[in-house]
Amino acid sequence: MALDSKIPQGPIADKWTNYKNHINLVNPANKRLIDVIVVGTGLAGGSAAATLAELGYNVKAFCFQDSPRRAHSIAAQGGINAAKNYQGDGDSTYRLFYDTVKGGDYRSREANVYRLAEVSANIIDQCVAQGVPFAREYGGLLDNRSFGGVLVSRTFYAAGQTGQQLLLGAYSAMNRQIGRGKIKMYNRHEMLDVVIVDGKARGIITRNLITGEIERHSAHAVVLGTGGYGNVFFLSTNAMGSNVTAAWKAHKRGAYFANPCYTQIHPTCIPVSGDHQSKLTLMSESLRNDGRIWVPKHMKDVEAIRAGQLKPTQIAEEDRDYYLERRYPAFGNLVPRDVASRAAKERCDAGYGVNATGEAVYLDFASAIQRYGKEQAHIKGLDENDAALVKKLGQEVVRVKYGNLFQMYEKIVDQNPYETPMMIYPAVHYTMGGIWVDYNLMTTVPGLYAIGEANFSDHGANRLGASALMQGLADGYFVLPYTIGDYLADDIRTGPISTDTKEFEEAEKNVKDRIASLINNNGSHSVDYFHKKLGKIMWNKVGMSRNEKGLKEAIEEISTLRKEFWADVKVPGTADEYNEELAKAGRVADFLELGELFAKDALHRTESCGGHFREESVEEDGPQKGEAKRDDENFTYVAAWEYKGEPKDAVLHKEDLEFKDIELKQRSYK
Amino acid sequence: MNLTLKIWRQKNASDKGKMVDYSVSDISPDMSFLEMLDVLNEQLIEQGEQPVAFDHDCREGICGMCSLYINGEAHGPDRGVTTCQLHMRMFKDGDTITIEPFRATAFPVIKDLVVDRSAFDRVQHAGGFISVNTSGNTIDANAIPVNKHDADDAFAAATCIGCGACVASCKNSSAMLFVGAKVSQFALLPQGQVEATDRVLNMVKQMDEEGFGNCTNTGACEVECPKGISLENIARMNREYLKAAFKG
Ligand SMILES: Cc1cc2nc3c(=O)[nH]c(=O)nc-3n(C[C@H](O)[C@H](O)[C@H](O)COP(=O)(O)OP(=O)(O)OC[C@H]3O[C@@H](n4cnc5c(N)ncnc54)[C@H](O)[C@@H]3O)c2cc1C
Ligand code: SF4
Ligand code: FES
Repeated sequence: MALDSKIPQGPIADKWTNYKNHINLVNPANKRLIDVIVVGTGLAGGSAAATLAELGYNVKAFCFQDSPRRAHSIAAQGGINAAKNYQGDGDSTYRLFYDTVKGGDYRSREANVYRLAEVSANIIDQCVAQGVPFAREYGGLLDNRSFGGVLVSRTFYAAGQTGQQLLLGAYSAMNRQIGRGKIKMYNRHEMLDVVIVDGKARGIITRNLITGEIERHSAHAVVLGTGGYGNVFFLSTNAMGSNVTAAWKAHKRGAYFANPCYTQIHPTCIPVSGDHQSKLTLMSESLRNDGRIWVPKHMKDVEAIRAGQLKPTQIAEEDRDYYLERRYPAFGNLVPRDVASRAAKERCDAGYGVNATGEAVYLDFASAIQRYGKEQAHIKGLDENDAALVKKLGQEVVRVKYGNLFQMYEKIVDQNPYETPMMIYPAVHYTMGGIWVDYNLMTTVPGLYAIGEANFSDHGANRLGASALMQGLADGYFVLPYTIGDYLADDIRTGPISTDTKEFEEAEKNVKDRIASLINNNGSHSVDYFHKKLGKIMWNKVGMSRNEKGLKEAIEEISTLRKEFWADVKVPGTADEYNEELAKAGRVADFLELGELFAKDALHRTESCGGHFREESVEEDGPQKGEAKRDDENFTYVAAWEYKGEPKDAVLHKEDLEFKDIELKQRSYK
Repeated sequence: MNLTLKIWRQKNASDKGKMVDYSVSDISPDMSFLEMLDVLNEQLIEQGEQPVAFDHDCREGICGMCSLYINGEAHGPDRGVTTCQLHMRMFKDGDTITIEPFRATAFPVIKDLVVDRSAFDRVQHAGGFISVNTSGNTIDANAIPVNKHDADDAFAAATCIGCGACVASCKNSSAMLFVGAKVSQFALLPQGQVEATDRVLNMVKQMDEEGFGNCTNTGACEVECPKGISLENIARMNREYLKAAFKG
């Protein structure tokens, strides 16, 4: 099947408006005759479920947690972008569009990104109306902060808990519709298959995680807002339950999977402390507004620190290497994530890592504390030269801005970041890749939609900070509710979809068979044993930097591991009870397939772009020497993979990307 | 460290349940409490036994999914943290640790340490929202300035993670701190004023129907709340309730 992205005609700034003016609508009375399934209740799924219900559709919503409010979006810390230009610093829809396309290293679809920028301002209005308590200034207006890769201050935030506040906003909108009976909520339910009837997505199969019951649910359309797949690396900043299962099942039923290898490795996470580690903790990018990143200049200092003979605070200013400020004077500590992560790896690979494992750099707040302290002393008419006072006042400002992050750090690392620099290292954080969707957010399966992190659409090869929350809410509140109407307009006379058909039966049988084989396997190793092994392969060979040899090995190793898993995994308990190991086993089985496709995608893309860094593709000389080298001539396309059995047999389809409104250039943050 | 664990095991909602002893060894002080339980579970699976079921997801103190009543305290001995943020350095080699589920009539046990907290959701369905459509056709976000102090207090109330530690810590199993936080968030913002009366009456009514107990001002909830939600929120809800009851 040829890929049709369905981008509307006309100038970029008019596409969305023109599109909305010409699509089919479903009248209010007919909406009552139409059912929509929304899987996932994060920012994307939650906002979509609420809005669709409000429009009048009958919505069934699903999540695997015990409440929609606990979706992984809750953990987002730093903020959400919007082109409000409240700061009057030159922001505009175009600039947000431009920054996002450039930040994504020119691998995203212009029309989608423009629409995202266009609706972004509305998100903030909407959230404030819902009672989301964003940070404010003393005058009572909304405050902003800046994030990496941009030159304006457009990020709205609620301390270090922006995702929580936005999700509670979407959850409250859902609550209103649940109270009115327009959303039927299924908590602790896991979707295990999509059901296709006559070529259209018409339902899903779920497992009730408390009773183990396998259930059939039908609808006129199915929306997946099931989040990202970073946990294929075992260790990531994602919640423990984040998984690829819903997206992978969709893929196996015909939805193409786009750019699986585009992963974001976030530069500022708490380093790994040992083998017992179950997840990694992010320290929000907002910290780079005030924190300066460095390692010692001299190897003798590195060694003394590792031996515990020297403290970072004892190293003189001139003996520190603020490597981001050195390499990228224009953006300094606020370079995009992929650039910052690679730079940290470069220093640590060269031996300058500052902890026992050699995989950590400093994120230092001492100068910010000084700067804020002096400012406060001045405002309050106190002595600006009283060092103790200045420090105390400065620490107070930092506490207000980042208190919860500092507390989180201290609990985990057992060091006080107000007194000594934090240690950080890159970790897997976000997946730009995902299910391929057209302009309508529809996958290659008619009636099956993907929104939020689950789709691939807006971030190209690298996502800018504070843009995932924006995309999730844009998709759910403002885009999907229009685009899905255009499709559902054909369904007003269809009537309820029966679950008593051979398609539902077949899908249910598949699910049950698979569960039975996991339970009856009775092998010798736990699910985590395999997951950790997969994670190691992914991190070492498909991680921050990739090469042909490593990728080929990874493909072989993952495929072997998958066979071992099916032969030797041990899942205790039974299928018809609460069984966390069984749920985990199903997810890891899917990760073991996705991982191979991921490596295959990384192998085929021999250029470096965004978060995808191929060691073979580096600038050899000139001012950009050592930086990643894109290959626009051969790779300006989305790689959309079609399932054909084994992941290694997947077939590549290309969606060529056209850049009409932004000139393709080398991305420079120097 | 080597530890003895006394853990509540209960096969399902209708099983009676009992405490069972386990031991774990080589626990690093850098592990989180849940990572220590991961070690136990790996051990149990290895031995062909059923692992201990417990709720968790984000493992960074924000989703509110983890619970656990550890040595007689919700979220364990440390202050201002959830169970997933509790680290083993709070314990000593040779300690015996008792681990039970959050107990309350309104939170029935599902299995082992997993409880059903959907009563919290139902309280929110009754009024935990502002009735605006998500059409995007609202007024500009900066059209109504909000006093920074009120905005900060609303935010502080809104940081409640809905974990239920307040209920588990209260001898009456009262949910006043949780409901008070939600009512306060909206009561403090101009956007929430319009429906203030109905909201507080409906949420309190639902709270009572769910079987949560009365508040007798012992303040145990505030002490154990991982997010430092303050008793002021209960006072504010009481004021809102009285105002509403008078009007109504
Ligand atoms: C620590 C952290 C901090 C972040 N900070 C920021 C930030 O400051 N700014 C920003 O813009 N972005 C941030 N991000 C990224 C952002 O939070 C996510 O990309 C975004 O929230 C994803 O939202 P979503 O709605 O697509 O999916 P999620 O929030 O992940 O929701 C997925 C939903 O799908 C459900 N689900 C999944 N699989 C199934 C299944 N098989 N069956 C049933 N239900 C299922 C889950 O229950 C859940 O409800 C951060 C991410 C992390 C990890
Ligand atoms: S008030 Fe505190 S203890 Fe109670 S649910 Fe909220 S966060 Fe948990
Ligand atoms: S697991 Fe999310 S708060 Fe503990």
